Amino acid sequence: MKEGNRALSLYTLLVFIFLLGPLIIISVTSFEPGTVLKFPPEGFSLKWYKNIFEVSAFMETFKTSIVISLLGNLLALLLGVPAAYALSRYRFRGRDTLNAIFLSPVLIPGIVLGFTLLRYLIVVYGLPIVAGLLIGHTVIMLPFIIRVIASSLENFDFAVEEAAQSLGASRLYTFFKVVLPNIRSGILAAILIAFLESFNNVDISVFMTGPGISTLPIQMLTYVQNYFDPTIAAISVILMVLTAALMFVIERLMGFAYFTKR
Amino acid sequence: MKNKRAMYLLLPGLLFLAAFMLVPITLTIASTFVQDGKLTLEGYLHFFRDGYFNRILLTTLRVSVVTTLVCMLLGYPAAYYISRASARKKSLLLALSIFPLLTSPVVRSFSWMIILGKKGLINSFLVNTGLIEKPLDILYTPTAMMIGLVHLFLPLIIITLLGVMENLDHELVRAARSLGASPFAAFRKITFPLTVPGLIIGGILVFVGSLTAYTTPALLGGKERVVSTFLYQNAMTLNDWQAASVIAVIMIVITFVVVGLMNVWANRLNPKG
Repeated sequence: MKEGNRALSLYTLLVFIFLLGPLIIISVTSFEPGTVLKFPPEGFSLKWYKNIFEVSAFMETFKTSIVISLLGNLLALLLGVPAAYALSRYRFRGRDTLNAIFLSPVLIPGIVLGFTLLRYLIVVYGLPIVAGLLIGHTVIMLPFIIRVIASSLENFDFAVEEAAQSLGASRLYTFFKVVLPNIRSGILAAILIAFLESFNNVDISVFMTGPGISTLPIQMLTYVQNYFDPTIAAISVILMVLTAALMFVIERLMGFAYFTKR
Repeated sequence: MKNKRAMYLLLPGLLFLAAFMLVPITLTIASTFVQDGKLTLEGYLHFFRDGYFNRILLTTLRVSVVTTLVCMLLGYPAAYYISRASARKKSLLLALSIFPLLTSPVVRSFSWMIILGKKGLINSFLVNTGLIEKPLDILYTPTAMMIGLVHLFLPLIIITLLGVMENLDHELVRAARSLGASPFAAFRKITFPLTVPGLIIGGILVFVGSLTAYTTPALLGGKERVVSTFLYQNAMTLNDWQAASVIAVIMIVITFVVVGLMNVWANRLNPKG
């Protein structure tokens, strides 16, 4: 038994080295003073971090990514919160089907969704590319918003809502004064998870670029295909720090239980 | 009355998905059956008669199958170890699995370019130690894609399995042990069969994910194509939207068939789950 345990813990250690090693290597190489990515780096320099701020495309696409993710998030909340509430609160025929429909965007391959949006939203409906980008990101955020909020509504006792209403509070008033405060942390967690999902998205965004419009991951992708200097490593480090910070907040808000649920 | 209220709350979201997902996809599917105003299967026949496309499809399937198997092989023991670890260790390892999952796929694929490249970590090590003379071609091959995809999806299968293992009734294992089963026998007869549905669900997620992933093959595959990068190439480089649509439909069909079959299988193994 003991020996079995030791072998298993060694195996797990190797799995985690495989998982995290590359991320550590990319972080270390970002400090390379030369122009070619090397491991180990031949010195220590922050010049590639400076380069991020000097290449205007990175700053512009970073801003676009933030704006699209935040606006898309807002839209997904406006559409998703009422839907999650209805799906958790009411029992009606076809509820499971509707639930499946709302979660279906995760089932459609992202690259397929991106292409069909380009072909119909931009070319046939004639929407501007920015609108297509925003709509595409809203579509992929919607399932995350609905799933996380529905799971925090599961822990909410709707009897409290009924009690408030029987005392004369209106439906809308009860929602904002009783339901919403109780699922506040779930909503915040939903916003953060959806934000990361959208901010990192490539599959939709790769079809929604045009003159002067692109997102950070797409800009990074294009840059890597043309240059092989440590700039992307430096951006990666900044993104990983951002991810770790958001992850810390998500953990505080609702723990990691959401991730292990399928 | 209640139904009506629920409907009003659901309607905005449903209309949005109908307009921006259902309609574009339905129109795309419909467009593949029409050519010069006539109903035809020519779009599909053209593809399956074409050796080039069949090779791409085969590469994609092969890469996805291997990725799924390797993820299962690496993920299952790790998840088992995490599920049995002390509370402190468990939360640390869970956090370390979730972190890569939330990290950009561009970042994660790029890290493998540093490792697998001609002047990358592995090649410089092998050349410097004199084990090989000329650097190996690992980057821009299906092998590189597989490594990148395993790295991409391993956290997903670990946390999926962990969810199933956490719900496992440990009293059953204890009962088996008290009846004289060895730890290995208890694992083989109780733990493993009860966690197989989780392995299947995790496997579907990895398989479908690998089948449709774009970023990793685009960065690590070089000229080597899989269906997703081939779709992109047809749509954006060759401007052949008819071909891109056919590939899109083929991808949707494969995804739905795989998910459907595996769901039936998982349900049969665990009717209560």
